[in-house]
Amino acid sequence: MSEPLLTVKDLVVEFRTELGAVRALDEVSFDVPRDCITAVVGESGSGKTVTGNSIMRLLPESAQSSGEIVLRPGDEEPISISSLTERDPRLLDLRGGLVSMVFQEPMTALSPVHRIGDQVAEAVLCHRRVSRETAWDEAAAMLEQVGLTDVERRMRMYPFEFSGGMRQRVIIAMALICHPQLLICDEPTTALDVTIQAEILVLIRSLQRKLRNSVLFITHDLGVVAQIADRVVVMHDGKVVESGSVRQVLKSPRHPYSIHLLASMPGARTREFSQ
Amino acid sequence: MLRRLLGMIPTLAVISVLVFTVIQLPEGDIVTSTLDRLSATGVEMSDERVRNLRAQYNLDQPIPVQYLSWIGNFITGDMGFSYLYARPVNELVWERLGYTLLVTVGALLFTWLLALPIGIYSAVRQYSVADYAFTTAGLIGLATPNFLIALILMYLGYTWFGLSFGGLFSPEYLNAPWSWARFVDLLAHLWIPVIVIGTSGMAITMRLMRANLLDELRKPYVTTARAKGVPPLKLLLKYPVRIAINPFISTIGLLLPALISGEAIVGVVLNLPTTGPLLVQSLITQDMYLAGSLIMLLSVLTVVGMLLSDLLLAWVDPRIRHERA
Amino acid sequence: MSELDQLSPGRLAWLRFRRHRLAMIAGGVLVFLYLLALLCEFISPYTPEQRNARAINAPPMEIRFFDADGRFHLRPFVYGLDLTIDPDTWMREYRDDTGTRFELRFFAEGEPYRMWGIFPADRHLFGVEQAGGEYFHWFGTDSLGRDMFTRVLHGARVSLSIGIVGVGLTLFLGVLLGGFAGYLGGIADAAVQRMTEVLQSIPTLPLWMALSAALPAAWSPITTYFGVTIILSLFGWTTLARQVRGRFLAMREEDFVVAARLVGANDTRIVFRHMLPSFASHIITTATLAVPAMILGETALSFLGIGLRAPVVSWGVLLQQAQNYQVIVLTPWLLLPGAFIVVTVIAFNLLGDGLRDAADPFSNPGKS
Repeated sequence: MSEPLLTVKDLVVEFRTELGAVRALDEVSFDVPRDCITAVVGESGSGKTVTGNSIMRLLPESAQSSGEIVLRPGDEEPISISSLTERDPRLLDLRGGLVSMVFQEPMTALSPVHRIGDQVAEAVLCHRRVSRETAWDEAAAMLEQVGLTDVERRMRMYPFEFSGGMRQRVIIAMALICHPQLLICDEPTTALDVTIQAEILVLIRSLQRKLRNSVLFITHDLGVVAQIADRVVVMHDGKVVESGSVRQVLKSPRHPYSIHLLASMPGARTREFSQ
Repeated sequence: MLRRLLGMIPTLAVISVLVFTVIQLPEGDIVTSTLDRLSATGVEMSDERVRNLRAQYNLDQPIPVQYLSWIGNFITGDMGFSYLYARPVNELVWERLGYTLLVTVGALLFTWLLALPIGIYSAVRQYSVADYAFTTAGLIGLATPNFLIALILMYLGYTWFGLSFGGLFSPEYLNAPWSWARFVDLLAHLWIPVIVIGTSGMAITMRLMRANLLDELRKPYVTTARAKGVPPLKLLLKYPVRIAINPFISTIGLLLPALISGEAIVGVVLNLPTTGPLLVQSLITQDMYLAGSLIMLLSVLTVVGMLLSDLLLAWVDPRIRHERA
Repeated sequence: MSELDQLSPGRLAWLRFRRHRLAMIAGGVLVFLYLLALLCEFISPYTPEQRNARAINAPPMEIRFFDADGRFHLRPFVYGLDLTIDPDTWMREYRDDTGTRFELRFFAEGEPYRMWGIFPADRHLFGVEQAGGEYFHWFGTDSLGRDMFTRVLHGARVSLSIGIVGVGLTLFLGVLLGGFAGYLGGIADAAVQRMTEVLQSIPTLPLWMALSAALPAAWSPITTYFGVTIILSLFGWTTLARQVRGRFLAMREEDFVVAARLVGANDTRIVFRHMLPSFASHIITTATLAVPAMILGETALSFLGIGLRAPVVSWGVLLQQAQNYQVIVLTPWLLLPGAFIVVTVIAFNLLGDGLRDAADPFSNPGKS
């Protein structure tokens, strides 16, 4: 396999609080290979989201981080994300351009007072010099790709007129419209109904096959991991405890925490009882 | 929309009953107080003339009838007669109401133009030195009565610059016809009452903007927009600020009564040709037709202002437009 | 269980409140001001109507420890005033007369007065030997030669108490109307809601003005005082009523209220035993933040000459003397009562903010 798209090495993140520094990530290291879906799995508080936000450089000001995050876009120089300054113009290119993100809460992740079409088209306008009309048309095409119907009319509507599933499709469209090499999905299905969850998972999977980008999929649900991912990184208490292919980790977990995590799955337990 | 307009009517009706009750409160009525005044100067009137006068003012009618004729006349534009100025109330109030509106709207704009940017700055640079400084200044502004600010400004203006503030025009333009020069003169005088009245609303507007924006900044859609690669300044103005400003349009309704109240008292101190001094005069001399009409007009102004702010809010916020539709 | 879990809610609130240093200071300032107001007869060196014909419109006098020759005196003193009248402008001008030193002493004998209108006395906390023709006007005097410091203290009693009495009335109206609107719902609720809406859309000052102008001039000072207070409260209750109503609506469905109703408690008992105590802290906070509005309202009305009238002394009545700018320019110290108003209002605001943070169990002022 070629060089991985993204390498995270010895990433440490601490939050300054009134009670002193709290360590959220403790020397986290893993790779995200090209053209596949890598899942980060762990319980809440294990540092999954902080990891995702570190890659996007979206941590709050109270966070201090060290370590290295390197992105290697196929045809360009590698970028050391961790060493970009807050004012570096490359940071704006990176966000939404090379790397983009889908969030957990589709109900609040869109601005309530701007039209859907404008919000998706804005992503295009931020990264390429094109006319408003072109951006609008591209947005329409992308929205169709994520399975929205009656696109021209819906683009003129506001988020509060959309259901949760539809909003999540809009956010995925917004994230993919600039053809990022890495898509980070932070628990994208947690806030959705079960049937909608499945639809969104299928959508993410099929779009990855089509666009051949890499996906970093953050979840607490091993069922989802089994369904969607190629590789998996297991996190616990701010540390990476195990990583490898999905088949290997789910079949024969090596770390005690992974075993524990697997055993706590409802499906797994029934199997144990029936045996 | 129409429902909103009709909703104003009961409000105004209740206000009119209140105002009517208030102007009925002082002992005696227009005729007796006029009689007292006349007898003090040695003029006596026959009982018959007194009866005629009372009939002319409907004073021989029961109170509800008096109310109906008062409000009926008010709606048709006849606001009665001011004996203090010996002129119909109509002639007295309109020009002054215009200046009141001018000063009040000016004060509102001044408050916003200064307080909103400061609120934004304070939210973005939370707990900075400037944030504390602005909060302190706002608190002092909030705690100082309007008329005291006016007095202090007058004192400083005189001792520092030898200026005497007051009025909306220089003497030479006071009764001059409208001209460009008169307009400039008006502007040169207008800023003082505007600042004085605007200061009281400053603190609350700043604080609200700061709190609203801090709330909005924490919302996920801001992160979404950051993740999209929107440049920081554009992001701030286009998303959270845009949304945090919306509630202010509806606070026009809360600020307006306060501003009009402030204008009433500052008008007296700064000797403005507005409704404030007229109202105080009419109240002190118990010229109740004049006082009642003024309070009624100011209330109508406020209620209409609130309506306009509601409409404006519906226009800028799609969520509210949607609810109404 | 950590130590934190074992603290009572009241103790927790106190701990949180103490973190607000500003609110603590504000509280201290208010206690000090209210003490001054309470003991104003004793603390002030004069009586409010006492005139000093030799010091009319006199400027504030500086308390000194060092005399003109630079000598230190253990007992503080002031210089007497030397009046000259400018022959051209007829303006009075006062200069320090370094030849006359009036020494300040504690428990000085002065004009007899009745403490709280009951106990006769003639000792003042500090002053000069008035019998010997000495005088001391820390804040200057007004156009009748009355001591401003004395008048400010007496004004404090009226202005500060009107804040408290007025808020008491407001609380009563607000809690009563808001509470029953929220608790009973239905028509009562709709009526109160409409009423608050209407009252909130009227510019209050003009209506206050109209009402207090309607108070008969023949009323005694004390009746006028209560009249003005009632007028101020009449429009102030709406905000509180709304909040109380909202809380009641929410709380009506809460388990502990439902439980009380199930065991057969009647409405009054539920409201006063169960619901009110559970947001008393909230009410106290709102009340604290409402006091400044009362004080400012009284000041504005009296300033315009349609609230309290002389011989009542309040801060607003005192400021009424300074209505035109000739007066302000010649005797700026007549604005001093204004400084007291500003300090009082700021202190109430800071205290209210501190209380709000302390009372709200979910607040986190450190992070906000």
